[in-house]
Amino acid sequence: MANIRSKKAVLPLAALSVLALTLSACGGSEGDGGGEEPAANCSAYEEYGTFEGEEVSVYSTITDSEQDLLENSWADFEECTGIEVAYEGSNEFETQVLVRAQAGNPPDVAIFPQPGLLAAQAREGYIKPAPPEVEALVDENWSEDWKSYGTVDGTFYAAPMLASVKGYVWYSPTTFEENGWEVPATWDEMMELSQTIADSGIKPWCAGFESGEATGWPGTDWIEDVVLRQAGPEVYDQWVAHEIPFNDPQITEAWNTVGDILKNEEFVNGGFGDVRSIISTNVDVAGDPVVEGECAMYHQATFQAANWPEGTDISENGDIWAFITPGEEAGSSAITGGGEFVAAYNEGEPITAFLSYMASAEFANNRVEQGGAISANQGLDASLASSDLDRQSIELLQSEETVFRFDASDLMPGAVGANSFWSGIVEWINGTPTEEVVDTIESSWPE
Amino acid sequence: MEDVGEKFLQVVIALAIFAAIIGLIMLLVDRAPKSFRDKATIIGFLAPAGILLTVGMVWPAVQTTFLAFTDRDGNVNGLDNFIWMFTEPTALVTLRNTVLWVILVPTISTIVGLVYAVFIDKAHGERVLKALVFMPMAISMVGAGIIWNFMYAYRGTEQDQIGLVNQILVWFGGEPRQFLLDAPWNTFFLIVVMVWIQVGFAMVVLSAAIKGIPADIVEASRLDGATAWQQFWSVTIPSIRGALIVVVTTITIITLKVFDIVRTMTAGNYDTSVVANEMYTQAFRANEPGRGAALALVLFLMVLPVVLYNARQLKKQKEIR
Amino acid sequence: MTSTPAVPAMGTDTTPDTTREAPITRRVKNKLTSRGATIAAIIIAVLWTIPTFGLFISSFRSEEVINDTGWWTSFTQFNFTLQNYVDVIGDEGSSSSNLGQYFVNSLAIVIPATLIPLVVAAMAAYIFAWGRFRGKDTLFVFIFALQIVPLQMALIPLLSLFVNLQIGEFQLIPPGSYAQLWIAHTIFALPLAIFLLHNFIAEIPGEVIEAARVDGAGHTTIFWRIIVPLSVPALASYGIFQFLWVWNDLLVALVFSGGTADVAPITQRLAELTGTRGGEWHRLTAGAFVSMIVPLLVFFGLQRYFVRGLLAGGLKG
Repeated sequence: MANIRSKKAVLPLAALSVLALTLSACGGSEGDGGGEEPAANCSAYEEYGTFEGEEVSVYSTITDSEQDLLENSWADFEECTGIEVAYEGSNEFETQVLVRAQAGNPPDVAIFPQPGLLAAQAREGYIKPAPPEVEALVDENWSEDWKSYGTVDGTFYAAPMLASVKGYVWYSPTTFEENGWEVPATWDEMMELSQTIADSGIKPWCAGFESGEATGWPGTDWIEDVVLRQAGPEVYDQWVAHEIPFNDPQITEAWNTVGDILKNEEFVNGGFGDVRSIISTNVDVAGDPVVEGECAMYHQATFQAANWPEGTDISENGDIWAFITPGEEAGSSAITGGGEFVAAYNEGEPITAFLSYMASAEFANNRVEQGGAISANQGLDASLASSDLDRQSIELLQSEETVFRFDASDLMPGAVGANSFWSGIVEWINGTPTEEVVDTIESSWPE
Repeated sequence: MEDVGEKFLQVVIALAIFAAIIGLIMLLVDRAPKSFRDKATIIGFLAPAGILLTVGMVWPAVQTTFLAFTDRDGNVNGLDNFIWMFTEPTALVTLRNTVLWVILVPTISTIVGLVYAVFIDKAHGERVLKALVFMPMAISMVGAGIIWNFMYAYRGTEQDQIGLVNQILVWFGGEPRQFLLDAPWNTFFLIVVMVWIQVGFAMVVLSAAIKGIPADIVEASRLDGATAWQQFWSVTIPSIRGALIVVVTTITIITLKVFDIVRTMTAGNYDTSVVANEMYTQAFRANEPGRGAALALVLFLMVLPVVLYNARQLKKQKEIR
Repeated sequence: MTSTPAVPAMGTDTTPDTTREAPITRRVKNKLTSRGATIAAIIIAVLWTIPTFGLFISSFRSEEVINDTGWWTSFTQFNFTLQNYVDVIGDEGSSSSNLGQYFVNSLAIVIPATLIPLVVAAMAAYIFAWGRFRGKDTLFVFIFALQIVPLQMALIPLLSLFVNLQIGEFQLIPPGSYAQLWIAHTIFALPLAIFLLHNFIAEIPGEVIEAARVDGAGHTTIFWRIIVPLSVPALASYGIFQFLWVWNDLLVALVFSGGTADVAPITQRLAELTGTRGGEWHRLTAGAFVSMIVPLLVFFGLQRYFVRGLLAGGLKG
């Protein structure tokens, strides 16, 4: 009896250990993909110095396949300088970085997707001002605007890294051609086109704002695009800086203009249902009906390129292409966009070397070459871009003509930009009137 | 696989250190002079738990209490945070929802768990039936959120439904609904998820308690000619009263702290937020640690009745002894 | 000695009831489990299983299919794929490999984080149940009330304590180590563990303990030779719940693990697999099952230990 029983207890244990061994056998490859590659050409990296055995810890929001590409972009840098970059990516970065900073256990370097969060951390005194070498590089490689996003109260803290262009409208050239629809050049033309499409029995727009606890953010991009195009860059800046209230008539008007599309049962939500299905549709699948012809247009940033089903031909005459959300006038080129900023919580020569590399044109070229990323770095060679759309976006970012404005919700204080603005959008789509929503957001603005 | 060995070596070393500490405590307690031995026992046995709790819970609790009376810059602002809580409409909705959760989840979970435990007791395939209901416990709350987002998923009337609940509605000729968007019903649909998880806990504990009922009592009541129903009320329930209180208490407290489900399924939108979720939002997203702390204090006050009730039970038990 | 079967003679014998049933009780049980009850139980079981089953089927479907059609259509269309599992378990680059490493981490975290609180809590529970000192009840109620201290509030103070606990440059409990996770999980587990175990230990008949005391046993002997063996069902029951909570925890891991393959548990890995913007969430369907295997094995493995009355009711024979 007794030995039977002990055998029973052994069984699950044995099963466990077998399982653990099998699984660990699956994941044998660690770190670099088996140093088969020839040694890197280190001449480009001599300026950074060598720090054998030093480690720099990096924390950011970038995970999964994008993490691989990012880590590849500094592989040569690691090999030549001897610095080991200990990278950690997490979807919970925005809260966890605050927790770690507060507890006195921050990473050496953090990559912030929101200047607003960066500013808050800098004002709390956690982040170290950028070393002069890094500032010199940023002056050389980036426009004043981009530098200013990494600047808090006159002190420069963080160099920009990658970027995205928001406010593209994705559509299917083949569907447009079949139906004789033209790509609109102005906002009014776009509204006319929407009506035409709606009359033909297809819902012109699809949208999806569901994104876990960040639900609502794609809607903020809509509002920002219209504020920039309708009220102009000056008002946009005042809005971000809270020099005009969030419920200013010009802002309210922008909401209503977006509402003409998003809250119009005739215009949305192709392939998913009624207006309210926007907030329950996940942002990553929201564009899919464009491919299937159940919806004509989808508003989303450059990174939507990665969300199309595999094998989709993204080109001017292919399955999918995109035009910039038009302004009041034809040919105006005002765009909104986002990006990341590299800031340091600690100081030291290896950290300075890493920051310098991240601000350099080499890094931008190394990363863009691998695809799926763009940067506003002026030293970036646009021909390296992996797709026509990326190349076009880089040229837009580098062009003097472009009026570029950073994503407003990312610049606003977290209490608004990562909280009440999002939930406001959600309430608004769910049926709350515009005035009520903008008043609520205004009242949440921290004084 | 040397690093696997290394990792388990760490575990073994840690357990050895822990065993050494405990062994040392036992030794000291045993070697204490006779006159002091009882005191030494009490101190020695309570010391590990006492030290850990003081450092990891009491101290943060004290800090939180102070934090609740400060604004975002750390200046004392009196009762402002509490005023905000009881005047701001969204905060009031949060409180209302929390009360709903705390009333419904423990009651429904315990009833279903108990009924199920009684039904499957000594039935054929009891282990399998138990495992099936226990399974949700083994899924993380985030996983549960994903599962139920699937269940509630909505597509328009022209499209194929991908969510089972709406599909069933459509099969029966109904209109698909957006389950998670319409307050106040959406809170009930979230509560369903928590119940689905907690029934497994209730069932396991209560089933063990039922098995502990001495066979002679059951036998006696049967010889008295009691029906199954009478037996349930006169034998089963009184015999497992202690276990029932434990289950209700534990689920109540787990429910008060619930935040993963709300966070993954609605992010607290559509008037579904609960205190724990709002606390997280205020402290980490809205950058209002004071409000977060005030919410935590209110949470504490909400659980106080549960604590006091249990304390009274405790006293009663002592008297019986 | 009482004659309650809930407390067998001293020792570790925990044979399940079923093996020593008198024939007469077996007749009783046949009466009790009527057909209706069984049908009702099966209905509940099916209802409870459908959502998980749906996820299970979905885990074998591609992303596009998941978003377009219900999982129940797969039986007629038969469009299954192993891609989600390949994504989760396979090893292509740093992002999707090493699940095994994380799996080992989870085990390395969960074993001490279950055993340590069990022992510490059992010791405290014994004193609260059988010790005598002034203010005992007040202290017990206070510890019970600590359950409600929300995790989120305790994380930062605890983390800063770990950071500041150093001798010169040497950190006693270095960041990003198992030790931090073990200690954190232990602390968060104690209030509930002490409460549950106290309820059980207080039920042990006083005569058993008294008899041992007359034989000259000290507190430590009583604790290890009588209390612990008699509490095996309660320890096993609480142990499995603690195991589950630690295994499925994400919040504590995010704060204390440092996120590297050296320490981070499988839950943290799976959360990252959803990609930078959460677009790869369909992988979680497969991930959920990979990480469920262990808790279920543990449940089946320990089930036999808690067939006897956990917290057996207050009926003293």
